[in-house]
Amino acid sequence: MNPTLPRWIDLGLLPVLNLAMALVAAAVVVWAIGLEPLGVLGLLIKGAWGSPAGLSYTLYYATTFVFTGLAVAVAFHAGLFNIGGEGQATIGGLGTGLVALAALHLTPGLPAAVLVPAMVLGAMLLGAAWAAVPGALQAWRGSHVVITTIMFNFLAAALMGYLLVEVLKEPVTMDLQSRAFEPAARMPAVHEVLQAVGVDWPATPLNLSVVLAALALVAVGWLLWRSRTGFALRASGHAPAAALYAGVDLKRQVMAAMVVSGALAGLVGVNEIAGVHQRLLPDFVAGAGFAGIAVSLIGRNHPVGIGLAALLFGTLYQGGAELAFEVPGFSRDMVFTLQGLIVLFAGALSTVLVGPLASLHQWLRRGPRDGAWAERA
Amino acid sequence: MEALHDFGLLVGSLLGSTLRGATPLILCALAGCLAERSGVVDLGLEGKMLLSAFAAASVAAATGAWVPAMMVAMALAVSMSMVQGWGCVSHRGDQVVMGMALTMTAAGLTVVLGAAWFGLGGQTPQIAESARLTGWFTSDAQLVQGVPVVGPVLGLGLLGHNGLVYLALLCVVLVWALLFHTRLGLRLRAVGENPLMVDAAGVSVQGLRYRALALNGLLSGLAGSYLVLALNANFIPHMTAGRGYMALAALIFGKWNPVGAMAACLLFGFLDALAIRLQGAPWPEALGGGTVPVQAIQALPYLLTVVLLAGFIGRARAPAALGVPYLKER
Amino acid sequence: MTDAATPLAVHMVGISKHFGAVQANRAVDLGVQAGTVHGIVGENGAGKSTLMSILYGFYQADEGRIEIDGRAVRIRDSREAMALGIGMVHQHFMLVDTMSALDNVLLGAEPDWRLGAAREVLAGRLNTLMEQTGLSVRLDVMVEDLPVGERQRLEILKALVRGARVLILDEPTAVLTPDETSALFAALRGLCERGATVLLITHKLKEILALCDRVTVMRGGEVVLEREIAHTSVDDLAQAMVGRRVAAGRRMPSSEEQRPAAALQPALLKAQGLRWTDAFGVARLDEVSLELRPGEIVGVAGVTGNGQTELLEVLSGLKVPHSGTLVLAGDTFVPSAWLSPALARQRRLAHVPEDRLHRALVLPFAAWESAVLGYQGWRRYGRWAWMNRRAMRQATLDMLQAYDVRPRKPELRSSKFSGGNQQKLVLAREAQAQPSVLLVGQPTRGVDIGAIEFIHARLRAHRDAGGAVLVVSSELDEILAISDRVLVMNAGRVAGELPIEECEVAALGRLMGGAAH
Repeated sequence: MNPTLPRWIDLGLLPVLNLAMALVAAAVVVWAIGLEPLGVLGLLIKGAWGSPAGLSYTLYYATTFVFTGLAVAVAFHAGLFNIGGEGQATIGGLGTGLVALAALHLTPGLPAAVLVPAMVLGAMLLGAAWAAVPGALQAWRGSHVVITTIMFNFLAAALMGYLLVEVLKEPVTMDLQSRAFEPAARMPAVHEVLQAVGVDWPATPLNLSVVLAALALVAVGWLLWRSRTGFALRASGHAPAAALYAGVDLKRQVMAAMVVSGALAGLVGVNEIAGVHQRLLPDFVAGAGFAGIAVSLIGRNHPVGIGLAALLFGTLYQGGAELAFEVPGFSRDMVFTLQGLIVLFAGALSTVLVGPLASLHQWLRRGPRDGAWAERA
Repeated sequence: MEALHDFGLLVGSLLGSTLRGATPLILCALAGCLAERSGVVDLGLEGKMLLSAFAAASVAAATGAWVPAMMVAMALAVSMSMVQGWGCVSHRGDQVVMGMALTMTAAGLTVVLGAAWFGLGGQTPQIAESARLTGWFTSDAQLVQGVPVVGPVLGLGLLGHNGLVYLALLCVVLVWALLFHTRLGLRLRAVGENPLMVDAAGVSVQGLRYRALALNGLLSGLAGSYLVLALNANFIPHMTAGRGYMALAALIFGKWNPVGAMAACLLFGFLDALAIRLQGAPWPEALGGGTVPVQAIQALPYLLTVVLLAGFIGRARAPAALGVPYLKER
Repeated sequence: MTDAATPLAVHMVGISKHFGAVQANRAVDLGVQAGTVHGIVGENGAGKSTLMSILYGFYQADEGRIEIDGRAVRIRDSREAMALGIGMVHQHFMLVDTMSALDNVLLGAEPDWRLGAAREVLAGRLNTLMEQTGLSVRLDVMVEDLPVGERQRLEILKALVRGARVLILDEPTAVLTPDETSALFAALRGLCERGATVLLITHKLKEILALCDRVTVMRGGEVVLEREIAHTSVDDLAQAMVGRRVAAGRRMPSSEEQRPAAALQPALLKAQGLRWTDAFGVARLDEVSLELRPGEIVGVAGVTGNGQTELLEVLSGLKVPHSGTLVLAGDTFVPSAWLSPALARQRRLAHVPEDRLHRALVLPFAAWESAVLGYQGWRRYGRWAWMNRRAMRQATLDMLQAYDVRPRKPELRSSKFSGGNQQKLVLAREAQAQPSVLLVGQPTRGVDIGAIEFIHARLRAHRDAGGAVLVVSSELDEILAISDRVLVMNAGRVAGELPIEECEVAALGRLMGGAAH
């Protein structure tokens, strides 16, 4: 929140400007490697939105980004920077997998109506737990959550690696993966659901997690602005002294924020593990946690913005994948570069624009003849 | 006697691997030390190392010489540090976000440019022998090998490394001397604790932080160069593999002291060397059988840092003004 | 004494300075002779800090000139001030805790780029200085391990080593024990004997008399008295500091007014022996006891920084005292199980905080969100986790209406309201809860005249309905205008308590200045 700027600039114009600057910078890179920026952009959009398959993939990616973006946003509103989305998503996936594998070994034959909710719950619980430890360390020991969550990302990778190699490994093959889940332990794919109602749709990884994502956007919006928890959370993020005065327990808020944040990140596991792979794999998160930071920054930490930003990033990832096929010399890494540039302009350099924008706004409102131009607040 | 000599060989080779593995960590940790002591959080170490590695590899491939490669690498890393300075010191942007932005951009950009320029999917071509850093004291190492026990320890462990390894250790001494025995060092340390006081004493807070960032750039540029001119022979996408963050962990573990950080880097380097050596080695049946859980060893540096941060093994006191942009009041 | 022909060490002539609409200094003249201690006395807002800040280069005067040793000078920043030999010891020390005392002095004035050599040279200079002045500081100890008095001596040495001949001290004894104060004064006297000039900003009258040669009293931005100490007295100073003002809207309570007989009823709040010491071991609250009875307004007068803030925080549950008890609504609270803000509200104690911007409101919140701050958990505003926003908005509208807060827009961000309207909103919120005890800190700071009247009327209305109000204010006018009983705080203690009829200005001034009858 920038108190010097009116809301519509702060939430509407500023992110658009930041995005524009990032795109310009990316265009320069594209041009530098010998491609034509506008053409590339056109192909990218076509690849993402120009066909049912493309659109499905876009939404599938966007689903993951909604989860990680919301995770960052919720923590942000409590004044915390949760960089551990990557690790929390990994452990969330682990949670999904553990539930499915446990069911496979112990109680095979359970119906999907029981397994799927259990897997979702498993993802949320484990993701929450992985975030709860850094949260507790911040609240009670004062350990900075930024550093601890980074460390926990690495710990998650190590833990996952160990489990896949030693404990959960599929005995038959050399691949690093767990046994496949039962057919019922799976988040139904959208094309299957559409088939059931007579709509023809190409097979893609897009699954019903996208509905969960939509629900999550609404739920987080409700939580932050219509619930007491959200009120306390935001108060402690904006003004800890006022929150204390209002009877809010700051330590509890830190825990609540991190737990919710971790649970949201954990849902990535549902989209990827339960929705697509149906077995545990290493590195299924593939940088989505960091993408979530970019999504949250440009989405101004608001569910509506995050929803739009997630779609934007879904577009970039899917369009980028298509481009990598069609255009020699283009690779997915261009999208990662753009992602970094968005974080740069929307996050790190956002304060640079605020001053000039505020002055411009004042100047336009008062008019140059007033001489108010000389009067700086 | 044989056993002792074998033991000497083991120690020597472990020591050697440790030093070679720890070198980029030490250089990055020193870079981070200077920045953080002056009050600027540096999460961009990973990105700086990556970009400078790519630059060094590209220039070395093009020119066949390591001197221009290293120069360009350091220059680019310094530029990244200056961007950090502009955004965070001059404009009070969020330092954590800046670091992430630089790292994410560098990660993507290096692969994009590499693929475009060299057509090898992001890798750079192998660097010619002439451009690689050669070992020092290699003839002495040969001579000493014969001596029982101590010989291999010295020969494999301490001698025969390339210049950057020794330079890194020298840098530890230099940074330590700078921070604790010079005027600039006194001011750098003060500005990370109480910038208001430094400002009131008539010294420029921004100037000090920019200077720290410049040195930070030079050191991370060296770290990146090391990766492609000594450790590997070319640039591979994402080759830093989290070393930048591990260096940060080592810095914290070393309590923001250059010598402490070096010790932590050596420890982490040792754990890394150990993990490689124990890969696939059998784990005693009594403890469950199977192979040694190398992931546990790889996770140790991060785990230890968390434990330290939680205050369970002594207090890690960060510079008081770390991460707080300085707002000149009045 | 000094020859009349010698130029004044410091001569500020006709200094005027305004900040926006506030005239902080108006045509102030200050003349200080070398080798003397000159005291500058005044309440909050009298203009003394501004004047010294101008001398030290933090601000530029709008009008007037400054002469040092007879030469007209321009002081554009603190570096120029230091170059002219002016040194300042701030209330909040500018030290790096984790570095040694010597290193703290060294910073910015290093004689050599090699620290070892620099330290030796400076240590030599400091040791000489310490011998000459009698100010001793252990140079090799880390500042965080030094007691407050030693830190202050370090600050003085820092200024002296940079060649300060004029030393400005801003409320130096606020953090010192009586022994440390005596030691400081002895040292300052010693410095003056060797030709230095000392400017002492303080509100403590006894100190002025004990230490200074001359004194300037400021009030409302102007100089009201300037005299040699030998020719003045505590009463003169107290009178001058506080003044015989006619406060706007001040009324002496008349016997015709219907007020419930306060003294006869049981106390609503009873605090006994409250004690709170800060990290340096200084007692910010020193055995404070007070009672609040129904149907009275108790005003707490005193210069800011004498424990009033801590008092409000302890009584409202924001801070836990180190000893003392509190009886509220029949319950007794002790330090091991003290009141909390939530508990306080349940016991019908409401608190309007001094810090409006960061504690009473959440500035980025909409007005309706700020209007339920502290009460967001109440039944009327929703069950379980759900917030009944409609009820909250309606309640806010009622509050805005009842307290004439403009604009009447519950959706508007709290930061967009003017100071007066913000304060009215906060007061409305606390009054809504129908408390029996109302604690109010600085009710009209930054508030326009119309709102001031309104707020005072509301406080009186609360009293008339049988409640008790505790008002802390640095504006003596305000205290006199609305209180039934006045407590004066000084150095963490209740220096005196007077019913309003006996509140004679000179007596109050003496109490505020720490000089009892």
